[in-house]
Amino acid sequence: MNIFIILGMGAAVGFLSGMFGVGGGFLITPLLIFYNIPPVVAVATGANQVVASSISGALSHFRRGTLDVKLGTVLLVGGLAGATVGIWIFSLLRSLGQLDLVISLLYVVLLGTVGTLMLLESIRALRRAAANQPVSLRRPGQHNWVHRLPLKMRFKKSKIYLSVIPVVGLGFGIGILTSIMGVGGGFIMVPAMIYLLRIPTNVVVGTSLFQIIFVTAYTTVVQATTNYSVDIVLAFILMVAGVIGAQYGVRVGQKLRGEQLRALLALLVLAVGARLAVDLVVTPEDIYSIVSEGVYR
Amino acid sequence: MRAVAALCLVIGLAVPALGWAQEDKPAEFPEKLEIGISTDEIAISSDFRGADLTIFGAIEGYDPSLLAQSKYDIVVALEGPKDNNTVRVKERIFGIWVNRRSMTFELVPESYSLSSTRDVETIAAPPVLNGVGVGIQHIRLSPVGYLGDGSNLTEFRDAFRRLKESGGFYQRDPGGVQFISASLFKATVKLPANVPNGTHVVRAHLFRDGVFIAEKALPLRVMKTGIEQMISNAAYNQSFAYGAFSVMLAVLTGWLASVVFRKD
Repeated sequence: MNIFIILGMGAAVGFLSGMFGVGGGFLITPLLIFYNIPPVVAVATGANQVVASSISGALSHFRRGTLDVKLGTVLLVGGLAGATVGIWIFSLLRSLGQLDLVISLLYVVLLGTVGTLMLLESIRALRRAAANQPVSLRRPGQHNWVHRLPLKMRFKKSKIYLSVIPVVGLGFGIGILTSIMGVGGGFIMVPAMIYLLRIPTNVVVGTSLFQIIFVTAYTTVVQATTNYSVDIVLAFILMVAGVIGAQYGVRVGQKLRGEQLRALLALLVLAVGARLAVDLVVTPEDIYSIVSEGVYR
Repeated sequence: MRAVAALCLVIGLAVPALGWAQEDKPAEFPEKLEIGISTDEIAISSDFRGADLTIFGAIEGYDPSLLAQSKYDIVVALEGPKDNNTVRVKERIFGIWVNRRSMTFELVPESYSLSSTRDVETIAAPPVLNGVGVGIQHIRLSPVGYLGDGSNLTEFRDAFRRLKESGGFYQRDPGGVQFISASLFKATVKLPANVPNGTHVVRAHLFRDGVFIAEKALPLRVMKTGIEQMISNAAYNQSFAYGAFSVMLAVLTGWLASVVFRKD
């Protein structure tokens, strides 16, 4: 393992995450897998790295008052339950020898979907800009089926009166993703909170980061105790490089045009997904493999 | 660092051989095997690139005429710590390579380094070697909870041996055992660079004209040292504290970054 490659990886992903305001977990884990880190380790270490990259963002949102702790806590209840179930699935898949395959498949689906949606969206935005059309904002005020569910709760900071069922459910789903894929899940949680739950945009990012910190921290501890798969040295190198890279990413991101950048990120996401897909299809060097019970010891 | 290895002793002392070393030997053979290594513990640092371990030994109560005809053969094996190992085979399903069939072998050594007076296959007949369980081709590979018809047992055993050999965990050196006097011999076994941590066993076997007649075993602890091993030990033995510390380190890194790069 070359420390400079890991540093470069962390810095590059940190730079991108700062530039686009994404967590970066969904890029770190596949990159580690490409670098022949066992997927078990890549996922657990990725979750640990996300803790660090989410903290500074959450702190600044908290200072600015754009973090709804009550809403975040309800999300977290679902998140912790989801992560618990996720780790159980993770260990089961591992004992069946299907873990690496499932991680790769999930990433192919996830990166393919997110990349395609982002690419389409940025192409539309570029066309609009070229035609000089004003951006048409969808009204997020309208109610949908989600708002007819029972068990409603008032979230003062978000100025919203909402059933806890979809909030816990969303947290649960994200918790499963966190534990199986080593991602924070912000790239799914943020749009779902805005478009599905109609939560005001200004509190969405801070609140999702709040949930991410605790769920990734919990996942790290549970992975460490059940699968012994957290590599603290690897995680630390990634964290340090990542938080520094993110600072520069933020600065560059403020100067460049958003649509083109988003199109570039979309292409990168699609490329990573395509590489994982190719690895699933290409005939492996050896179709046999050995695993000992005290693996990676 | 170089693994210290050497040995000593042995000959002539009328020390009664330890019972456990010979209990499963038929009593009618007068020959006994003695081996010795200078240490029962080897410390290995993180820059270890592999080393040779030398084991000295002697045949006692030998028949001089048989010795003169080179009828005695010695096989020395360094067996690593044992663990259950699962071999899996991938098959293509809808274009994707998926692990399908598998077989778990019960308590097989993680590493196995063999040294002998000549190629093990020529020392004794396969059934004899299988019975003793000596030689990469004859090591005991018994499947756990296996209920099949045995038709693919060979396939998985062969794959296991091949992968272990290509990974450098299983090695053999025909000619690694040399007689340095009439009955005193020296065996060189290799410790691979990725030698597993734990208790290994040096096991010496004596064959006379293709017949297995004596065995002697000595434990050898391999202890990895250095910061990497300390971290690895913590991850396994204090896994909760290790996980909690990983999280704390992340919180600290994230918080420090927000302080250092704070703009407002």
